[in-house]
Amino acid sequence: MTEQIGLPILELPVAEGARDQHMVLNMGPQHPSTHGVLRLVLEIDGEIVVRLYPEIGYLHTGIEKTCEAKFYHQVVPLTDRVDYLGPMANNLCYSLAVEKLLGLEIPPKAQWMRVLLAELTRINSHLIWLGTHAMDIGALTVFLYTFREREEILRLFEAISGQRMMTSYIRIGGLAMEPPIDFLDRLQAFIKIFPEKIDQYSNLLTGNPIFANRLKGVGYLSPEDAVALSVTGPPMRASGVDFDTRRDMPYSGYENFQFEVPTSTEGDTWARYKVRLIEMRESVKIIQQALDGMPEGPIKADAPKVVLPDREKMKTQMEALIHHFKIVTEGFAVPAGEVYQGIESGHGQMGYYVVSDGTAKPYRVHMRYPSFATLQAVETMCKGRMLADIVAVIGSIDIVLGEIDR
Amino acid sequence: MGDSKSKNLLGKAAVLEGLPEHPAIYALLAMDPEALLDAKFDRGELSLTVAAGKIRAAASTVQAAGYNFFEDMTAVDWFPSSPRFQLSYHILSHSYKERIRLCALVDGDAPVIDSITPVWPGANYYEREVFDLFGIRFEGHNNLRRILMPEDWQGHPLRKDYPVEGYR
Repeated sequence: MTEQIGLPILELPVAEGARDQHMVLNMGPQHPSTHGVLRLVLEIDGEIVVRLYPEIGYLHTGIEKTCEAKFYHQVVPLTDRVDYLGPMANNLCYSLAVEKLLGLEIPPKAQWMRVLLAELTRINSHLIWLGTHAMDIGALTVFLYTFREREEILRLFEAISGQRMMTSYIRIGGLAMEPPIDFLDRLQAFIKIFPEKIDQYSNLLTGNPIFANRLKGVGYLSPEDAVALSVTGPPMRASGVDFDTRRDMPYSGYENFQFEVPTSTEGDTWARYKVRLIEMRESVKIIQQALDGMPEGPIKADAPKVVLPDREKMKTQMEALIHHFKIVTEGFAVPAGEVYQGIESGHGQMGYYVVSDGTAKPYRVHMRYPSFATLQAVETMCKGRMLADIVAVIGSIDIVLGEIDR
Repeated sequence: MGDSKSKNLLGKAAVLEGLPEHPAIYALLAMDPEALLDAKFDRGELSLTVAAGKIRAAASTVQAAGYNFFEDMTAVDWFPSSPRFQLSYHILSHSYKERIRLCALVDGDAPVIDSITPVWPGANYYEREVFDLFGIRFEGHNNLRRILMPEDWQGHPLRKDYPVEGYR
């Protein structure tokens, strides 16, 4: 068929009649403040941004296409690699979608562990945001402190799943295995000291006049624009739109937890900074509630044809061995249908749209990731502002290029 | 809506009977009784199939009916059946705390559909992505370029007749 090949990029930005005054500047793909490989094509008038075009796709690996060639359970490790700063949230969202297709009941302990891990992932994601955001602005110290705490979270991930980053711990039907004996105690110890650490970051940044001047009033996004441009998560709530999937459309047992959803009406990068700091404190509260009320019971759904059996059972029971063999070699068929499961990840609304045609491989897996939509709002936030403000804005929307390009 | 939340309703007649006062269905029928082709309420999710030519009108109708947030949009390639492409729009309502799916079916031969970017500017990247990976054109989109694949790429990778690996 005839292809429409895109317009050459450099012909796009400069407005008619401004060719002799405006300049086209490429920021990225290898710019340190672009958090990966994001290329921004800027049209600038002196130091004022006139137009801004994000160019993405440098990390595109076709994960959605790959999913179509794998069994349902083989997709779980692929999801880790999409938003590589929030592996548990990816696993959770995909697993919930497939469980909805299958109609699986998840035992309470698995649900509570999932909530606990999803919140730990949110803290992990926010710590990286805070460190790199402050580093972009020039406050290098905070980065070292946030990575100190992140290291402990990664050690906890390693203890529970054997992997620091690509955990694949949340599986279809429950969890991969029982958490190690001392895991909950180690997590409790971490949660106990962590609010103090947030105070430390806040002491370094909130009262810092250089940091505040770089952020206050910069990158304003109105609530109308936030909704129109499909911005979700902390950037949307910092603009005054009060919606959080965890509270408003609860999944995985979030209705059992009490927490506040921080919002702000200022809509600038400073508001986004404040909202995320409070979110970390709220995540600590949720983890504490999950630890206090952790139910007893199994961590896998009672569905031997879908969930891999425990190792011991596999070695002692004939049926378990057969199920294990069948799941690994030919997967499991999922009833035909289509589902969309949305969750609140560290960056905003994450969603998996899974279409099944009744076979053992997903017919279509579409991943809705928050940064992809949020990137559309960068032009609105940066227009008419100084070039240096772009760095603050990109930092404040907390993008991960892995989830934009997929 | 009450009890009907739990049971599946398949087909337009069953949905109209089971969810008589659903704001999105009500608004769509008020806009144009012909626009709603099919409906299903499956696994707690409402899917409304609208005529492909009326997708933009349907989008602005559900927007006015309280489904204010465009969340996601993608396509499914049902090759070799016809019509080949199914476009799925996921629309969220912040006030009802509920999500609906608008579907539109498009033929595989030079597929084209109206862009909904005049209704939700946030659909911009999503339509570019579907154009890039499925080759569906969006009428009225002001910057329909490839977004993820290189600009000079031949073919549309998420189509079912495009191999996962190896040579094309």
